[in-house]
Amino acid sequence: MNTIATERRVIRVVVNGSPYEREVEARLLLSDFLRHELGLTGTHVGCEHGVCGACTVLLDGEPVRSCLMFAVQADGHEIETVEGLAPNEAELHPLQRAFWEKHGLQCGYCTPGMLMVLKAFLAENPDPSEEEIREAISGNLCRCTGYQNIVEAARYAAQLLRQR
Amino acid sequence: MKPPRFRYCSPESLEEALAVLGEFGDEAKPLAGGQSLIPMLNMRLARPSVLVDLNRIPALAGIERTDRFLRIGAMTRHRAVERSESVARAQPLLAEAIGYVGHLPIRTRGTVGGSIAHADPAAELPGVLLALDGTVELQSRRGHRTVPARDFFVDLLTTSADPDELVIAVRFPVLPPRSGTAWLEVARRHGDYALVGVGAVVTLAEDRRTIRDARLCFIGVGNTPVRATGAEAALRGQPAAADTWRSAAEAVRNELDPASDIHASAQYRRSVAGVLTERALALAVQRAQEGTAG
Repeated sequence: MNTIATERRVIRVVVNGSPYEREVEARLLLSDFLRHELGLTGTHVGCEHGVCGACTVLLDGEPVRSCLMFAVQADGHEIETVEGLAPNEAELHPLQRAFWEKHGLQCGYCTPGMLMVLKAFLAENPDPSEEEIREAISGNLCRCTGYQNIVEAARYAAQLLRQR
Repeated sequence: MKPPRFRYCSPESLEEALAVLGEFGDEAKPLAGGQSLIPMLNMRLARPSVLVDLNRIPALAGIERTDRFLRIGAMTRHRAVERSESVARAQPLLAEAIGYVGHLPIRTRGTVGGSIAHADPAAELPGVLLALDGTVELQSRRGHRTVPARDFFVDLLTTSADPDELVIAVRFPVLPPRSGTAWLEVARRHGDYALVGVGAVVTLAEDRRTIRDARLCFIGVGNTPVRATGAEAALRGQPAAADTWRSAAEAVRNELDPASDIHASAQYRRSVAGVLTERALALAVQRAQEGTAG
């Protein structure tokens, strides 16, 4: 069945804990699937060729560029987007709280990608050095902050996450 | 929706994948990690009519150590190589270079076979493979063959694999005793494509002060990864000393013929290649003498 080449496919994915089933074109990028099919516009689209990092999401817990994957490739997998970070309407995730308190964003365009790559990174490196943080976000472009406060926020988030 | 229309299939075994490639020939394109192919589709630089997704073939991923080489399955992610203790132990040049491949989310998805098959002359893995005199395993419905790296990288983004052949694994030879390696590169930012990169592999004689064999492979200086064979030959039998590295750097500057582009001039690339040669040889020899890498 899967060896038959088709232009459309039915896929099943779990996004932020909720299951979805959709019929999609094979050429639909995962980023466009999340935004246009599921209405999850928190995932931002910047360059659409893997340079800016704004569309970074977690695929089975690992950070990936959602513009460099087709939705059909996510069939059977779990995805987490920025909408899945906060535990409820009233509370922010420690990463979001840290970005807010340390002024880790200005326009906010790069923020969802920054948050998602840092979530995966801090899970693996709970107490990173500044250099390690800078390397972890080296694939995410920010045109406002000069990165200073993003690095600061990442350090603070690491501290908050360690205290949990 | 940016990419052009294509038909998509996701075979679950190598045999099924080879059958599809055999059927569609050069109209089909294998999809590995997609970190180069999907941008090319998004920019419509590539327009295959059938995409053969290899991501559902578990047998194509894995790292296996034999006496002579480390065999890495084509669909092994860069991140798996980066995390692998057997790579760190058996193949320090690969372990050192892998961290320079793209950024974290690119390495999560990108694959060893994909990098080799894509054959970008500024990419790390083709350079590492050529520096180590490694081989590429190709398979099609017609059979299996191994191709040495020096015959595999033919031109810009061009390899000697036929359209129905799939890169199924890459073999990185294990180094002889008293060997050391170093991977160095200069890029605008960490994770960007290298302006120039070098892999140095040095094996010392029994006295540990004379060079028995040296290999220098450069990326970003031509249409394929490039070995500085003249400099390599001149290094054999020389003492492991700073003067030797300086002569080698001079030989490399004369031997390489890089092009100018918007990222750097040919003159700058040649100059950087020389500087990196000195540093990489010194570091590789130091590691060989300490027995820390090789």
